[in-house]
Amino acid sequence: MDFTERNDFVLSETPKQKVDCFHCGTACLTKDFTFDGRSFCCDGCKLVYEILNNNGLCDYYNIQQHPGLAQIKSIRNGKYGYLDENAISQKLFKFSDGKNAIVTLYVPGVHCSSCMWLLENLHRINTSIIDSRLNFSAKEVTIHFQQDKVSLRSVVELLTTIGYEPYISLDDSGNSKPPKFSKQKIYKLGVAGFCFGNIMMMSFPEYLAYHGTIEHQYVGLFRILNLILSIPVFFYSASEFFVSAWAGLKQKMLNIDAPIVLALIITYSRSIYEIFSGLGGGYLDSMSGIVFFMLVGRVVQERAYKSLSFHRDYKSYFPIAVSVVTSEGVVSKLLADLNAKDVVLVHHEEIVPADAILLKGNARIDYSFVTGETEPVHVSEGAMLYAGGKQNGEQITIQITKPVAGSYLTSLWNHRAFKTDKASKNIRESVVHSLSSYFTYILLALAVVTALYWALHDPSKILPSVSAMLIVACPCALLLAATYTNSNLLRIFSNNGLFMRDATVIEQFSKINHIIFDKTGTLTQGVALVQNSGIPMSLDECNWVYNIVKSSKHPYSRAMAENLGVQKAQKVENWQEVVANGVSGTVAGNEIRIGNIQFIGAVEGQHHSNFYVRINDKIYGFSVLPQLREGASATISSLQQQYKLSLLSGDNDKQRKALQSYFTDDRTLLFNQQPADKLTYVERCQKEGDSILMLGDGLNDAGALQQSNVGITLADDINNFTPGCDAILDAKRLAVLSSLCKLARSSGRMINFAFVVSILYNLIGLTISVQAKMSPMIAAILMPLSTLSIVLISTGLSAFVAKRFGLKV
Amino acid sequence: MSALYILIIASIVVAAGFLVAFIWSVKSNQYEDREGASLRMLYDNEISKPHTESKFFKPQIDE
Repeated sequence: MDFTERNDFVLSETPKQKVDCFHCGTACLTKDFTFDGRSFCCDGCKLVYEILNNNGLCDYYNIQQHPGLAQIKSIRNGKYGYLDENAISQKLFKFSDGKNAIVTLYVPGVHCSSCMWLLENLHRINTSIIDSRLNFSAKEVTIHFQQDKVSLRSVVELLTTIGYEPYISLDDSGNSKPPKFSKQKIYKLGVAGFCFGNIMMMSFPEYLAYHGTIEHQYVGLFRILNLILSIPVFFYSASEFFVSAWAGLKQKMLNIDAPIVLALIITYSRSIYEIFSGLGGGYLDSMSGIVFFMLVGRVVQERAYKSLSFHRDYKSYFPIAVSVVTSEGVVSKLLADLNAKDVVLVHHEEIVPADAILLKGNARIDYSFVTGETEPVHVSEGAMLYAGGKQNGEQITIQITKPVAGSYLTSLWNHRAFKTDKASKNIRESVVHSLSSYFTYILLALAVVTALYWALHDPSKILPSVSAMLIVACPCALLLAATYTNSNLLRIFSNNGLFMRDATVIEQFSKINHIIFDKTGTLTQGVALVQNSGIPMSLDECNWVYNIVKSSKHPYSRAMAENLGVQKAQKVENWQEVVANGVSGTVAGNEIRIGNIQFIGAVEGQHHSNFYVRINDKIYGFSVLPQLREGASATISSLQQQYKLSLLSGDNDKQRKALQSYFTDDRTLLFNQQPADKLTYVERCQKEGDSILMLGDGLNDAGALQQSNVGITLADDINNFTPGCDAILDAKRLAVLSSLCKLARSSGRMINFAFVVSILYNLIGLTISVQAKMSPMIAAILMPLSTLSIVLISTGLSAFVAKRFGLKV
Repeated sequence: MSALYILIIASIVVAAGFLVAFIWSVKSNQYEDREGASLRMLYDNEISKPHTESKFFKPQIDE
């Protein structure tokens, strides 16, 4: 079996007539859906158009062309029935007094200005909606509606009908919302900036005062004003550093904030002493400058990607409530309240919520997100179903055997890998962290030596020299080098489609030496059709086949219809679909059967095709091959030169041969891997000393993503629901992965370079201060100079290196 | 030169005014959605007429 590159399959030279759906811009496969002289790809899109048209909202289509999302997936009636339950809806309301209610819903489909216009005009469709407002960056719509006139369920269903299905998960009803970006930090930054600017202005005459150009009465005024302005800097803006240093000390640890706090306290007390004793103006300008620049660095580094979530576990993927059959009929039950022995209905496209036994129905379960298997599995009545599988087809009835948290898939989250907080682990392992403790010890030792020296020679100089030294040697330049390099790298990575959870990921990323890929959904995506037996079909035959497959929802039929393009509709007689076998019908007197070998009634030939088309007596075989993602093969071959590569697939090893041509070492291609096996594999490699980058896409990779040093989720739509990870990579940018790796690798060297520069400044400052020659003038020049040059070096260098690797800056 | 006293006080007051304005703008969520506001101003509030009349329904999903 072989892989095919994208779009190289054409059944024959069929002239394709392309019509785009007026609503969503998808190519229309049939002409069945037209309204108002406009063509639509499906009933769903047409329905949205009708609603908007009738409410005078067609401006929607004028703002952007084809603004809608394909509505091909039909939403089951009653899907949102659980919102009628008071207990559930109360948890979702931001505010509710029985008459009016406010609810904020996450709408992943929001993508353009038309979306915004429509979502803010909901009151025109339903007058009981008072007001709706969209937060575009967060993709959250806040709806204020009259609760006594319209229920939450109807509001959600309205959103769903116009094509903006909100995403409601268990997380929304719990209190585990990720902490919002702290405004406190911004206030602190604003205050520090204000004080820093004014103190600099007031200190300026002081620098020149030695030359006698300023009258003396003003010098006193400026000093007092400086002192007043520095109070909020020291006690409010800098409080962050005090808190963090104290937290470190309580755990008997000297973190990077400890020497900073030491320097701040000494600078401040010495400045106060100098001002009140009339000795000089102190170093308040330097101190507020340091606080300001460090706060800027921290704020920029913590800039979060509002609409992305890096902390999802299986709960986000599972439904919020399920339909349980009880003696009083079917009721909605919260997933958390589900018990063993409950009988649950699972509809088409719904997730099996917990391990269960199939009681009734034709189960065709798609485990691709859970295990990575590409083929849906048929399950017979009485057999086990595992949590996380998605039903395709009719409604099934199942009986729960284990509670949700104890199910096979979800028990993965009980593994100890999920108990550790990766962000704080990364901080503990970071170079800055280990360097800072050495730094503090060296500094203290140096202070003692200086003090001893002056005690022997000139005891009056002990205090000035030691305090000057501690002020100058503040590791802020060191810290700034790391913060500014990292924050600029975060920005460059996100411009190139890689969104990181936080800056601590970069350092881990730079140490990677082993990359592990998942197969399904990561390296491969979608399918391609290849005709592998029989002569090419004629134009007429293509047309007949098209008329048969267009009404079938089976993936093979859809792939076939897509390849054939829009064709003339013909009357089909005796059309019928036999689940798990095929479709058949008669077009223009020709009997056509499409399906597996038994269904078309033939004997297996030499070619093992996935399905066959039989037109009267002629038989054509077709293979369905997984397609390698665009850029995947180039990425693999360029990564191969520098990294160990492995492949972990939950699928069977049918494609081993095809994949071997991409990987040099085929011992690292592992198939039939369960989610827990993937985790153990990563763990084993780490024990051998490897630093692992795991690239995956589904829940089945969740364990490996968590255990790895850097877990990257590949997503076709970055706002889609990705398992918990360190970074999200836009699947369209897979080709630049090797450049991103190179950039991450050089990040360490960039930070080191900035470190060296900052240490040079520190050495200059130290040599002056140990000799007790430090004047406020020199400190005032040295501090901003070192800070500014560090900022410029670290941002400039990272942008330059990224450009050299061909990345967007 | 005593004008300098007044000027200094005035300059700090003006700067403080900007600080207050900055804090207010953050507090009133003006930085929460930076893309939205730039799009919102482009819409006019007229209601366009339906293209054709059709026997249409109210948007409701029935059970």
